[in-house]
Amino acid sequence: MKTKDHKKPSKIQELTYELKVEQVMCKNVTTLKPDNTMNDVRRILRNKKISGIPVIDDDRLVGIVSIEDFLICLLEGGGINEKVENKMTKNVVTVYSDDHIVQLVGKFDRDGYGRFPVVDRDTKKLVGIITKGDIIEGLLKKLEIDYHEEEIHTYRASHIFEDVISDNSILIFKYRIKGGDFKTAGEQTSKLRKNLLRLGFLPETIRRVAIAAFEAEMNIVIYTPEGELVAKIHPEKVTINAIDSGPGIPDVKKAMRQGYSTAPDWVRELGFGAGMGLPNIKNYSDEMTLESKVNEGTNLNFVIYTKKNED
Amino acid sequence: MKLNQIIQILDAEILCNVKDESNVNITMACGADLMSDVLAFIKSEALLLTGLTTPQVVYTAENSGVNVVCFVRGKKPSRETVDLAKEKKIVLLATKSPMFESCGKLSKNGLIGCSEVSKQ
Repeated sequence: MKTKDHKKPSKIQELTYELKVEQVMCKNVTTLKPDNTMNDVRRILRNKKISGIPVIDDDRLVGIVSIEDFLICLLEGGGINEKVENKMTKNVVTVYSDDHIVQLVGKFDRDGYGRFPVVDRDTKKLVGIITKGDIIEGLLKKLEIDYHEEEIHTYRASHIFEDVISDNSILIFKYRIKGGDFKTAGEQTSKLRKNLLRLGFLPETIRRVAIAAFEAEMNIVIYTPEGELVAKIHPEKVTINAIDSGPGIPDVKKAMRQGYSTAPDWVRELGFGAGMGLPNIKNYSDEMTLESKVNEGTNLNFVIYTKKNED
Repeated sequence: MKLNQIIQILDAEILCNVKDESNVNITMACGADLMSDVLAFIKSEALLLTGLTTPQVVYTAENSGVNVVCFVRGKKPSRETVDLAKEKKIVLLATKSPMFESCGKLSKNGLIGCSEVSKQ
């Protein structure tokens, strides 16, 4: 009996929808000018071991010349000093760099070409060339990367607490945070989140930890010169310590009030500093303490109790 | 509501679609420029509409379980934001429609807000 699975696309089919021409094409293209000779064609085809060369005039793709064109030129009695512009294929079928590979697969079969010059959709300038070989190589590389990611993903980190023998095991992750660096603000929480996923915590637990840790990370980036997040992972809870080196909070009670903020306008323009950070951390955590000394720094501690995934 | 229906309603441009997610079902949406508000109120798998285009929008989406973000009023994010979204597998859209109109169009077509979900 046939199962429904026969309709499921293969991994390769999926990848042809995912990968774009620009990811697999050859970017270093050898080109010729219309007034080059067929002798130049012969030399390049032989030296570079390629089968076709795009012809460019004034930055514009005007043709392509291939082994077939060279052979036809000889068969028709043309000499090797014939100009490329007289022997090249002029109606060149091109593809766009942002086309998906799947759009090309049919094209190779239908049109019978061995290669397609790749042009930029906006500028129409030549940016690469693509052959069936490039596609196969690109697919294999992507498969290898995906396989490696899957291997890491399925590594049974979720069983680490059962695998190590002790009365009480705790994993500690430390993340340094640079104040004022908005380009990477959020990246440390992202790393912590990834670890929690691999450790097999439930999505809802991870979400609570990630949101609270992200707010804590943003606070350090916005208000302090530097700090760190220290996450202690127990089987039944995650505790996070966000410590910074100043300037400290003058009035902790006020800072905990929803909507209270001392953030300058530029921080608000970045979507933060509206007096929601600390209240958010409090809402998403089960326990929270905040100690701060002006000119010394702040120590924020919060705990989220977890339920482990039972698989 | 399917994602490609949302794209049609908002006449949105797709800036980043790591896997073809156009068939994904979106059940609710949230519109805000304050990321702390988003972190406070958004639910997992909601659509986020925002006028903010910093990388922190992507981190906000990742941390709160949001898979699709749509930038409103014709704003385009930097390359860094788009690259980050690719890495985090977050779909990015952009519409010329301003925030109020974008929300209105989606609401008129039956998409509900995050706070309405529990009421159903």
